[in-house]
Amino acid sequence: MNLIYEFMSSVLPFSWADYKFMINAFVAVLLIAPLMGVLGTMAVNNKMAFFSDALGHSAFTGIALGVLLGIKNETISLIAFGVFLALIITRVKNKGRASSDTVISVFSSTSIALGLLVLSYGGGFSKYSAYLVGDILSVTGNEILCLLITFVVVIIIWCFIYNKLLVISVNRELAASRGIKTTVYENIFVIVVAVVVMMSIKWVGILLINSLLILPAAAARNIAKNSRQYLSFSVLISVACGIAGLFTSFYCDTSAGATIVTISAIVFFATYVFRKNK
Amino acid sequence: MASENGCGLCKIKVDSIGVKKGGEILLSDVSFHLHCGELTALIGVNGAGKTTLVKSILGEIHHEGSVSFESHNGEKISNITIGYVPQHLDFDRSAPVSVEDFLLVGRTNSPVCFFKNKKLKKEIDEALEIVGCKELKGRSLGSLSGGELQRVMLANALYPLPELLLLDEPVSGVDVAGSEKFYEVIRDLKQNYHMAIAMVSHDLGIVRDFADKVVLINKSVLKSGKAEDVFNSQEFKSSFYSLNEGEEKQ
Repeated sequence: MNLIYEFMSSVLPFSWADYKFMINAFVAVLLIAPLMGVLGTMAVNNKMAFFSDALGHSAFTGIALGVLLGIKNETISLIAFGVFLALIITRVKNKGRASSDTVISVFSSTSIALGLLVLSYGGGFSKYSAYLVGDILSVTGNEILCLLITFVVVIIIWCFIYNKLLVISVNRELAASRGIKTTVYENIFVIVVAVVVMMSIKWVGILLINSLLILPAAAARNIAKNSRQYLSFSVLISVACGIAGLFTSFYCDTSAGATIVTISAIVFFATYVFRKNK
Repeated sequence: MASENGCGLCKIKVDSIGVKKGGEILLSDVSFHLHCGELTALIGVNGAGKTTLVKSILGEIHHEGSVSFESHNGEKISNITIGYVPQHLDFDRSAPVSVEDFLLVGRTNSPVCFFKNKKLKKEIDEALEIVGCKELKGRSLGSLSGGELQRVMLANALYPLPELLLLDEPVSGVDVAGSEKFYEVIRDLKQNYHMAIAMVSHDLGIVRDFADKVVLINKSVLKSGKAEDVFNSQEFKSSFYSLNEGEEKQ
């Protein structure tokens, strides 16, 4: 890490590069943003925007679970609960008894309530309110290493499931008729999304994490004609907004997460208008 | 495979298919043969179980009986390749998936957004040529007309080359020019590839013009044979005309 710090502060002629936390945040954005950009494309294609929103909100219960079980590292309980919830929602949704937005809404509000209930016990909630907005400037060197490993693993899994997910996103029955095990691939995908969302929630915040996942892909979708453009635009927009947001927040002294999301939203509306005019 | 099928002796055996759902019998003991190089039309009134039959043949729902392929020398394959063209593909029209992407994903496991193998691209050109859609390669799926989309679906169904091509009302809701073009392609396929084709259809005019054989279904097979024979049969009249009279009475 020290090597990176020295390299960065010598190469980058900006005042922010003198701060270790800014370099950490910068590297973290370079890892999280492309992941979100990649996963977002399929989340949007498969109409899972609301699903990932619920997943983010469930972080409350994940933290609460960690507190109850006495797990020191909250990320572990977060990921475990996130994966569990993602699989449950997908299962209930595929049973098709209630419409999927109702199912997701029920799980979303239940997990918020349950989490708040436990965490607010004895009036101690303020300790956890940092999770609501997150703080990307708090990333440590070790966490970046974890992120890097996650990044590599997710990209490898992604390469294996991409084509299948694309067919499923066009039409489930058609995918099934071609011998694709739709449930298996869908489950792999939601597990990956759950892990990435839960890993980054500490830095991006429960309230904003979903926008990071959905906005770049939604913007890319406005202007892309094929799957290659879709993916490249999404990653490009995600990374560009991530970096721009981080620096804007540094110079304007605003919350990094909120600034990144605001810039992504501006890009989304710009592409939306562009599509209307196309 | 095309040459092997060329003899016209091979066939798909649909053997005593039965489906029950919640105590109700949807299909019982449905048996017929689909010969290679022939188009067999499956007809029947609404609720006769045509869609259930399609799903059973595709193996999507639990059913009794079996579907198997028998080659000219008596060899049996129970796990047949079926090319399926759905009735009306319900999908998100704003999805950025090009025709090329769509056809590539069935052929390769490497992510189609990055790796486009030259050999596969050529294969796709040829597949689109067969269905007369070469110029559509770069278009997005959502921008296609109904007829174009169905021909792309047909190109998709032809890989891997199927023993049975199953069409579920392939051109319902497609304009006249579009459906004529579609049936032209089907006729070419039948002649050049000698595959067995089964088509569910409501359009009796099309069935009369294109089908080599007709199977009339209502829970079970009521009548099968040449189009003329089936259309003139008592079973056909009581299935379709009694319904029409009933409608007139209302």
